Amino acid sequence: MIIARILPDLGKYATEVGLAYGVSLGLLALLIGQSLWKGRKIKQRLQQEEKARKGE
Amino acid sequence: MSLWEYANPRRFMATSSWLLPPLVVMSALLIVTGLVWGFFFTPDDFRQGSTVKIIYLHVPAALMAINAWLMMLVCSLIWIIRRHHVSALAARAAAPIGMVMTLIALFTGAIWGKPMWGTYWEWDPRLTSFLILFLFYIGYMALWEAIENPDAAADLTSVLCLVGSVFALLSRYAVLFWNQGLHQGATFSMDKEQNISNVFWYPAVISMAGFVCLFVTLVLYRTRMEIRRRRLHALDARSMAA
Repeated sequence: MIIARILPDLGKYATEVGLAYGVSLGLLALLIGQSLWKGRKIKQRLQQEEKARKGE
Repeated sequence: MSLWEYANPRRFMATSSWLLPPLVVMSALLIVTGLVWGFFFTPDDFRQGSTVKIIYLHVPAALMAINAWLMMLVCSLIWIIRRHHVSALAARAAAPIGMVMTLIALFTGAIWGKPMWGTYWEWDPRLTSFLILFLFYIGYMALWEAIENPDAAADLTSVLCLVGSVFALLSRYAVLFWNQGLHQGATFSMDKEQNISNVFWYPAVISMAGFVCLFVTLVLYRTRMEIRRRRLHALDARSMAA
Protein backbone atom coordinates (compact mmCIF):
# COMPACT_ATOMS: atom_id res chain seq x y z
CA MET A 1 0.00 0.00 0.00
CA ILE A 2 2.75 2.44 0.98
CA ILE A 3 4.80 1.54 -2.11
CA ALA A 4 1.75 2.06 -4.31
CA ARG A 5 1.32 5.53 -2.81
CA ILE A 6 4.98 6.48 -3.33
CA LEU A 7 5.27 5.16 -6.88
CA PRO A 8 4.22 7.48 -9.70
CA ASP A 9 1.36 6.36 -11.92
CA LEU A 10 3.13 4.65 -14.81
CA GLY A 11 -0.09 3.86 -16.66
CA LYS A 12 -0.14 1.04 -19.19
CA TYR A 13 3.68 0.92 -19.40
CA ALA A 14 4.24 0.13 -15.71
CA THR A 15 5.62 -3.36 -16.49
CA GLU A 16 8.11 -2.07 -19.08
CA VAL A 17 9.40 0.79 -16.91
CA GLY A 18 9.50 -1.40 -13.78
CA LEU A 19 11.39 -4.15 -15.62
CA ALA A 20 13.89 -1.67 -17.10
CA TYR A 21 14.66 -0.16 -13.67
CA GLY A 22 14.63 -3.46 -11.80
CA VAL A 23 16.95 -5.33 -14.16
CA SER A 24 19.32 -2.36 -14.70
CA LEU A 25 19.71 -1.59 -11.00
CA GLY A 26 20.08 -5.32 -10.32
CA LEU A 27 22.89 -5.59 -12.90
CA LEU A 28 24.65 -2.53 -11.42
CA ALA A 29 24.34 -4.00 -7.91
CA LEU A 30 25.76 -7.31 -9.17
CA LEU A 31 28.70 -5.53 -10.82
CA ILE A 32 29.48 -3.51 -7.67
CA GLY A 33 29.03 -6.56 -5.41
CA GLN A 34 31.24 -8.78 -7.58
CA SER A 35 33.96 -6.07 -7.73
CA LEU A 36 33.97 -5.64 -3.93
CA TRP A 37 33.93 -9.39 -3.26
CA LYS A 38 36.71 -10.19 -5.74
CA GLY A 39 38.76 -7.15 -4.66
CA ARG A 40 38.63 -8.17 -1.00
CA LYS A 41 39.43 -11.79 -1.78
CA ILE A 42 42.55 -10.88 -3.79
CA LYS A 43 43.67 -8.34 -1.17
CA GLN A 44 43.38 -10.97 1.58
CA ARG A 45 45.28 -13.57 -0.46
CA LEU A 46 48.08 -11.10 -1.20
CA GLN A 47 48.34 -10.08 2.46
CA GLN A 48 48.54 -13.74 3.53
CA GLU A 49 51.18 -14.47 0.91
CA GLU A 50 53.29 -11.45 1.88
CA LYS A 51 52.96 -12.31 5.58
CA ALA A 52 54.06 -15.88 4.91
CA ARG A 53 57.09 -14.64 2.96
CA LYS A 54 58.10 -12.26 5.74
CA GLY A 55 57.90 -15.14 8.20
CA GLU A 56 60.25 -17.31 6.12
CA MET B 1 54.22 16.19 -12.49
CA SER B 2 53.94 13.97 -15.55
CA LEU B 3 50.93 11.72 -16.16
CA TRP B 4 53.37 8.87 -16.85
CA GLU B 5 54.31 8.77 -13.17
CA TYR B 6 50.98 7.00 -12.60
CA ALA B 7 52.38 4.14 -14.66
CA ASN B 8 54.23 3.31 -11.44
CA PRO B 9 51.89 0.90 -9.59
CA ARG B 10 52.92 2.25 -6.16
CA ARG B 11 52.05 5.82 -7.13
CA PHE B 12 48.81 4.65 -8.72
CA MET B 13 47.82 2.76 -5.57
CA ALA B 14 48.63 5.76 -3.35
CA THR B 15 46.73 8.29 -5.48
CA SER B 16 43.71 6.05 -6.10
CA SER B 17 43.34 5.24 -2.38
CA TRP B 18 42.57 8.88 -1.54
CA LEU B 19 40.58 9.48 -4.74
CA LEU B 20 38.18 6.57 -4.19
CA PRO B 21 36.17 7.74 -1.11
CA PRO B 22 35.06 11.10 -2.58
CA LEU B 23 34.34 9.40 -5.91
CA VAL B 24 32.09 6.82 -4.21
CA VAL B 25 30.11 9.58 -2.48
CA MET B 26 29.86 11.64 -5.69
CA SER B 27 28.71 8.64 -7.79
CA ALA B 28 26.05 7.66 -5.25
CA LEU B 29 24.76 11.23 -4.91
CA LEU B 30 24.59 11.87 -8.65
CA ILE B 31 23.00 8.54 -9.58
CA VAL B 32 20.41 8.68 -6.79
CA THR B 33 19.57 12.33 -7.58
CA GLY B 34 19.33 11.72 -11.35
CA LEU B 35 17.25 8.54 -11.10
CA VAL B 36 14.95 9.68 -8.28
CA TRP B 37 14.34 13.02 -10.01
CA GLY B 38 13.74 11.31 -13.34
CA PHE B 39 11.56 8.49 -12.03
CA PHE B 40 9.44 10.35 -9.47
CA PHE B 41 9.39 13.99 -10.47
CA THR B 42 9.22 14.20 -14.26
CA PRO B 43 6.00 14.08 -16.29
CA ASP B 44 5.13 11.49 -18.94
CA ASP B 45 5.95 12.32 -22.54
CA PHE B 46 2.90 13.14 -24.68
CA ARG B 47 3.83 10.43 -27.22
CA GLN B 48 5.89 7.89 -25.25
CA GLY B 49 3.95 7.99 -21.99
CA SER B 50 5.83 6.80 -18.91
CA THR B 51 8.38 4.84 -21.02
CA VAL B 52 10.30 8.12 -21.33
CA LYS B 53 11.56 7.39 -17.79
CA ILE B 54 13.76 4.65 -19.28
CA ILE B 55 15.91 7.42 -20.79
CA TYR B 56 17.62 8.03 -17.40
CA LEU B 57 19.11 4.53 -17.57
CA HIS B 58 19.34 3.83 -21.28
CA VAL B 59 21.25 6.92 -22.42
CA PRO B 60 23.87 6.96 -19.60
CA ALA B 61 24.45 3.20 -19.99
CA ALA B 62 24.84 3.51 -23.78
CA LEU B 63 27.20 6.47 -23.32
CA MET B 64 29.40 4.49 -20.94
CA ALA B 65 29.25 1.32 -23.08
CA ILE B 66 30.97 3.20 -25.92
CA ASN B 67 33.27 5.37 -23.80
CA ALA B 68 34.47 2.41 -21.72
CA TRP B 69 35.70 0.77 -24.91
CA LEU B 70 37.34 4.03 -26.05
CA MET B 71 39.10 4.25 -22.67
CA MET B 72 40.26 0.65 -23.17
CA LEU B 73 41.51 1.64 -26.63
CA VAL B 74 43.64 4.49 -25.21
CA CYS B 75 45.02 2.19 -22.48
CA SER B 76 45.75 -0.55 -25.03
CA LEU B 77 47.62 1.92 -27.26
CA ILE B 78 49.66 3.08 -24.25
CA TRP B 79 50.49 -0.56 -23.50
CA ILE B 80 51.46 -1.30 -27.11
CA ILE B 81 53.59 1.84 -27.47
CA ARG B 82 55.05 2.42 -23.99
CA ARG B 83 54.60 -0.96 -22.23
CA HIS B 84 53.14 0.49 -19.02
CA HIS B 85 51.59 -2.37 -17.07
CA VAL B 86 49.07 -0.21 -15.21
CA SER B 87 47.51 0.88 -18.51
CA ALA B 88 47.00 -2.74 -19.64
CA LEU B 89 45.52 -3.59 -16.25
CA ALA B 90 43.23 -0.54 -16.37
CA ALA B 91 41.92 -1.74 -19.74
CA ARG B 92 41.27 -5.18 -18.25
CA ALA B 93 39.55 -3.57 -15.26
CA ALA B 94 37.22 -1.52 -17.48
CA ALA B 95 35.98 -4.44 -19.61
CA PRO B 96 33.40 -5.99 -17.19
CA ILE B 97 32.03 -2.52 -16.43
CA GLY B 98 31.66 -1.72 -20.13
CA MET B 99 30.08 -5.14 -20.71
CA VAL B 100 27.44 -4.52 -18.02
CA MET B 101 26.76 -1.02 -19.41
CA THR B 102 26.29 -2.48 -22.91
CA LEU B 103 23.94 -5.13 -21.52
CA ILE B 104 21.88 -2.47 -19.70
CA ALA B 105 21.71 -0.36 -22.88
CA LEU B 106 20.61 -3.37 -24.96
CA PHE B 107 18.04 -4.56 -22.41
CA THR B 108 16.47 -1.16 -21.68
CA GLY B 109 16.48 -0.42 -25.43
CA ALA B 110 14.59 -3.66 -26.16
CA ILE B 111 12.08 -3.02 -23.35
CA TRP B 112 11.58 0.55 -24.63
CA GLY B 113 11.43 -0.61 -28.24
CA LYS B 114 8.49 -2.98 -27.83
CA PRO B 115 5.82 -0.37 -26.98
CA MET B 116 7.36 2.35 -29.21
CA TRP B 117 8.47 0.42 -32.31
CA GLY B 118 6.32 -2.68 -31.87
CA THR B 119 9.35 -4.95 -31.58
CA TYR B 120 12.00 -5.83 -29.01
CA TRP B 121 14.70 -6.19 -31.63
CA GLU B 122 15.44 -5.03 -35.16
CA TRP B 123 18.64 -5.54 -37.14
CA ASP B 124 19.09 -1.80 -37.14
CA PRO B 125 22.68 -0.47 -37.61
CA ARG B 126 22.95 0.98 -34.10
CA LEU B 127 21.35 -2.00 -32.36
CA THR B 128 23.43 -4.48 -34.33
CA SER B 129 26.70 -2.63 -33.72
CA PHE B 130 25.87 -2.54 -29.99
CA LEU B 131 25.25 -6.29 -29.98
CA ILE B 132 28.61 -6.85 -31.71
CA LEU B 133 30.26 -4.51 -29.18
CA PHE B 134 28.77 -6.65 -26.38
CA LEU B 135 30.22 -9.79 -27.98
CA PHE B 136 33.60 -8.04 -28.28
CA TYR B 137 33.50 -7.26 -24.54
CA ILE B 138 32.88 -10.94 -23.77
CA GLY B 139 35.64 -12.02 -26.17
CA TYR B 140 38.06 -9.50 -24.67
CA MET B 141 37.41 -10.74 -21.11
CA ALA B 142 37.63 -14.38 -22.18
CA LEU B 143 40.99 -13.74 -23.90
CA TRP B 144 42.45 -12.22 -20.72
CA GLU B 145 41.35 -15.30 -18.77
CA ALA B 146 42.56 -17.76 -21.38
CA ILE B 147 46.21 -16.69 -21.53
CA GLU B 148 48.48 -17.49 -18.59
CA ASN B 149 51.31 -15.07 -19.39
CA PRO B 150 50.05 -11.56 -18.44
CA ASP B 151 52.23 -9.72 -20.97
CA ALA B 152 51.14 -11.98 -23.83
CA ALA B 153 47.51 -11.55 -22.69
CA ALA B 154 47.94 -7.77 -22.65
CA ASP B 155 49.43 -7.84 -26.17
CA LEU B 156 46.65 -9.97 -27.68
CA THR B 157 43.79 -8.22 -25.90
CA SER B 158 45.19 -4.86 -27.01
CA VAL B 159 45.03 -5.98 -30.64
CA LEU B 160 41.47 -7.25 -30.10
CA CYS B 161 40.60 -3.89 -28.56
CA LEU B 162 41.89 -2.05 -31.65
CA VAL B 163 39.69 -4.22 -33.89
CA GLY B 164 36.65 -3.81 -31.61
CA SER B 165 37.03 -0.04 -31.67
CA VAL B 166 35.50 -0.05 -35.16
CA PHE B 167 32.23 -1.27 -33.60
CA ALA B 168 32.47 1.12 -30.65
CA LEU B 169 32.72 4.04 -33.09
CA LEU B 170 30.08 2.52 -35.34
CA SER B 171 27.70 2.24 -32.33
CA ARG B 172 28.17 5.96 -31.75
CA TYR B 173 27.93 7.23 -35.32
CA ALA B 174 25.80 4.60 -37.09
CA VAL B 175 22.64 6.70 -36.74
CA LEU B 176 24.32 9.62 -38.49
CA PHE B 177 25.21 7.93 -41.74
CA TRP B 178 22.84 4.93 -41.90
CA ASN B 179 19.36 6.25 -42.13
CA GLN B 180 17.48 3.00 -42.66
CA GLY B 181 17.37 2.08 -38.96
CA LEU B 182 14.58 2.44 -36.39
CA HIS B 183 16.78 4.13 -33.81
CA GLN B 184 16.44 7.90 -33.71
CA GLY B 185 19.37 10.32 -33.89
CA ALA B 186 21.22 11.80 -30.92
CA THR B 187 18.98 12.40 -27.89
CA PHE B 188 21.03 15.36 -26.77
CA SER B 189 21.82 18.20 -29.12
CA MET B 190 23.35 21.67 -28.91
CA ASP B 191 20.49 22.76 -31.15
CA LYS B 192 17.63 23.88 -28.87
CA GLU B 193 15.03 22.80 -31.43
CA GLN B 194 16.34 19.24 -31.55
CA ASN B 195 17.33 18.79 -27.91
CA ILE B 196 14.89 17.12 -25.52
CA SER B 197 12.82 19.32 -23.21
CA ASN B 198 14.61 20.73 -20.13
CA VAL B 199 12.24 18.84 -17.85
CA PHE B 200 13.83 15.56 -19.04
CA TRP B 201 17.26 17.01 -19.84
CA TYR B 202 18.36 18.04 -16.32
CA PRO B 203 17.81 14.68 -14.57
CA ALA B 204 19.24 12.86 -17.61
CA VAL B 205 22.45 14.93 -17.47
CA ILE B 206 22.77 14.32 -13.70
CA SER B 207 22.25 10.61 -14.26
CA MET B 208 24.90 10.62 -17.02
CA ALA B 209 27.35 12.40 -14.71
CA GLY B 210 26.58 9.74 -12.07
CA PHE B 211 27.29 6.91 -14.51
CA VAL B 212 30.58 8.57 -15.53
CA CYS B 213 31.59 8.86 -11.83
CA LEU B 214 30.55 5.27 -11.14
CA PHE B 215 32.61 4.09 -14.11
CA VAL B 216 35.72 6.00 -12.94
CA THR B 217 35.24 4.70 -9.37
CA LEU B 218 34.89 1.09 -10.48
CA VAL B 219 37.81 1.34 -12.92
CA LEU B 220 40.07 2.68 -10.16
CA TYR B 221 38.90 0.02 -7.70
CA ARG B 222 39.25 -2.83 -10.19
CA THR B 223 42.64 -1.59 -11.44
CA ARG B 224 43.88 -1.73 -7.84
CA MET B 225 42.52 -5.27 -7.71
CA GLU B 226 44.31 -6.19 -10.97
CA ILE B 227 47.60 -4.71 -9.69
CA ARG B 228 47.32 -6.89 -6.57
CA ARG B 229 46.39 -9.93 -8.66
CA ARG B 230 49.47 -9.38 -10.84
CA ARG B 231 51.69 -9.08 -7.76
CA LEU B 232 50.18 -12.31 -6.43
CA HIS B 233 50.86 -13.97 -9.77
CA ALA B 234 54.49 -12.76 -9.65
CA LEU B 235 54.91 -14.13 -6.11
CA ASP B 236 53.42 -17.49 -7.13
CA ALA B 237 55.75 -17.64 -10.13
CA ARG B 238 58.72 -16.87 -7.87
CA SER B 239 57.68 -19.67 -5.46
CA MET B 240 57.36 -22.13 -8.35
CA ALA B 241 60.83 -21.18 -9.65
CA ALA B 242 62.47 -21.52 -6.21
